[in-house]
Amino acid sequence: MVKKISKIPFEGTPEQAQQLGAVIAQYKHDPSQLMTVMQKAQVIYGYLPYEVQVMIADGMDLPLERVYGVSTFYAQFALSPAGKYSISVCLGTACYVKGAQGILDRITELLGIAPGGCTEDGLFSLDACRCIGACGLAPVMMINDEVYGNLAPDQVAPILEKYRKTA
Amino acid sequence: MTLNELNEMQTQAKAKLTPGDANGPAIRIVVGYATCGIAAGARPVLQSLRRELESLGLQNVLVEETGCIGMCQYEPIVELYAPGQPKTTYVRMNAEKAARVVHSHVANGKLVAEYTIGAATGEAAEGEILPLTETNFYKKQRRIALRNCGVIDPESLEQYIAMDGYQALAKALTQLQPGDVIQILKDSGLRGRGGGGFPTGLKWSFTAANQADQKYVVCNADEGDPGAFMDRSVLEGDPHAVVEAMALCGYATGASEGYIYVRAEYPIAVKHLETAIAQAKERGLLGKNIFDSGFDFDLHIRLGAGAFVCGEETALMTSIEGKRGEPRPRPPYPAVKGLFARPTTENNVETFANVPQIILHGAPDFAALGTEKSKGTKVFALGGKISNTGLVEIPMGTTLREIIEEIGGGIPDGKKFKAAQTGGPSGGCIPESLIDTPIDYDNLTAIGSMMGSGGLIVMDEDNCMVDIARFFLDFTVDESCGKCSPCRIGTKRMMEILDKITEGRAEMADLDKLEELAYHIKENSLCGLGQTAPNPVLATMKHFRAEYEAHVREGRCPAGVCKALLNYVIIPDACRGCTACARVCPVGAISGTVKQAHIIDRDKCIKCGACMTTCRFGAIEKK
Repeated sequence: MVKKISKIPFEGTPEQAQQLGAVIAQYKHDPSQLMTVMQKAQVIYGYLPYEVQVMIADGMDLPLERVYGVSTFYAQFALSPAGKYSISVCLGTACYVKGAQGILDRITELLGIAPGGCTEDGLFSLDACRCIGACGLAPVMMINDEVYGNLAPDQVAPILEKYRKTA
Repeated sequence: MTLNELNEMQTQAKAKLTPGDANGPAIRIVVGYATCGIAAGARPVLQSLRRELESLGLQNVLVEETGCIGMCQYEPIVELYAPGQPKTTYVRMNAEKAARVVHSHVANGKLVAEYTIGAATGEAAEGEILPLTETNFYKKQRRIALRNCGVIDPESLEQYIAMDGYQALAKALTQLQPGDVIQILKDSGLRGRGGGGFPTGLKWSFTAANQADQKYVVCNADEGDPGAFMDRSVLEGDPHAVVEAMALCGYATGASEGYIYVRAEYPIAVKHLETAIAQAKERGLLGKNIFDSGFDFDLHIRLGAGAFVCGEETALMTSIEGKRGEPRPRPPYPAVKGLFARPTTENNVETFANVPQIILHGAPDFAALGTEKSKGTKVFALGGKISNTGLVEIPMGTTLREIIEEIGGGIPDGKKFKAAQTGGPSGGCIPESLIDTPIDYDNLTAIGSMMGSGGLIVMDEDNCMVDIARFFLDFTVDESCGKCSPCRIGTKRMMEILDKITEGRAEMADLDKLEELAYHIKENSLCGLGQTAPNPVLATMKHFRAEYEAHVREGRCPAGVCKALLNYVIIPDACRGCTACARVCPVGAISGTVKQAHIIDRDKCIKCGACMTTCRFGAIEKK
């Protein structure tokens, strides 16, 4: 999996740095908790820019290479910021055979972004994801934590519109 | 907690669950509240039930969330337990239906027949009630691993204990030696449910035989096969079963610490596990000196971060250590040098979920089910083109035909069965000619598929097998960790050949090349991911060779899936000239005047299919 490093300038607040500091202090003694720290850092910042990875490496007393190696290995770690609403279309087998590609294509068409991208207004980001285990409702997509099942391509536009309105 | 306290707690907890008991509720209602239930709309159903009960002032009705009941197709599901009645299963509920059930069934004892499962499946005559256990979907099932899923509130330790929970651990710690536990497992014939099928008792005995300052138990809950969700259901619906089994494993192998590695994509499973571990610690079912036996055991949760390869046991352990989840060469095997370089026993969720039942009821009970070399049951996640999608637990040896036609209710829309895929990206497909094969580990391997973790995806005549093979390979190319070159480079080269085939650019020699490459990758890859990655291609080539050849020789996709080989055409005689297709075409490729037959410009057409779904006269066809 190729990961794109974000060119958007990093803007961290002192509060975020303080929160991350507290997480690091809690797990500093145990290098096997590196992924836990990175997962929590991603919750704090929304993604893991270079600057945050340096903070983690320094704080955990691990080489930056190790942190960067982990961040690029696992799909969950994002090196670019996500949109306010993060859309994941499941391309697991059950969804695929029931036409998930058509759902993804329709979203791409509507938002003008490819999987891995984010709309210019920062509202939506789009990803094709692995099976989320709701195969009985295939095809499914998730927008943040909300799961939408039994989708047809023409249901996509109204759903996106709903989010656009509440934004 | 002592054994006496456990027994006392069980007696009380059972009474509290029994409708009509002096200490129990008048009626108990459960709502399927696993991921799929919530996604289907269980939340408003639960709210409506509570609201209506309150508005009617009905006291002593217990409304609870439960795990996956197994019938995804019929979610949201509500089940009602009342004294002197078989359990009533209401399906496809919504807030209004829930309100009606409260007013009619709960308040007046009148069942709402048309919402019940029998009415939904059409198996019950009008006005009749068919218990869930007598439906085609359910009657061939035997629930061991899923026994508590959809029955108890997964966040209640008390209810788990009511269902004989922690009795197996108590029995082992107070009556059995570690060697006895292993012997029972060996006699039961339980094999690893994660895919490999290695005998569990034997695995445990290897770790037990090694001496070390520290040993570990690891639960592989990194369920990554697309289309498999049985482990999620067990963790969401019955987390204590896994906790209890891991403690049993610790006792049998001499380990005092365990790790559960669970996918971060399963937030409810993580939450329920955290609750279960905290409850077990609070009651002394984990921690020091469990049941006054001198045995200590502690559990930790680690979250995955989205890497399929971490389902491979050595990669999973590397990931728990906080590193890139790359596999390690074996030997040394985990039983010698596993997590943190200590002897480690690793099993998957479903395997563990079977263990307490086996220890409690003995090996013969379990071994009575199944085939000669595959004992017990297996949970399958039915998905794809099948009427009843869901989770089913069936005795080994059940045939694919029984699963698809009887339990699964056949293929929807009158389509024809084409193949079933088991084992996900590591498995293969089973064509119609082999549909009567009794399913067990060895039979599936013999026909070029594998048990895998239990995903069973059904495909019909509209699915192209070359496209499916390409889909799985795309997955493994993406998920190959890159450590060894046969997998990293080989799968990529296979993918390129498949691209050529699906785009009509391949020659017959490419098919031979594809096959040869597949065998090289199988033989030379470091771990299970690469060793099995070519399986979907090999299996589809074996059973659907003609379909591959049609792509190559005739430039034709018989199922009408591969876009590059398709053309949309308007049948002039059927076209009424309504212009609907021309209006939906995103690229303006359709032209014609009103009430005259239209034409599709092949050069402009992007083959999105929008015209075909819009046409009301069936005048557009794919060729």
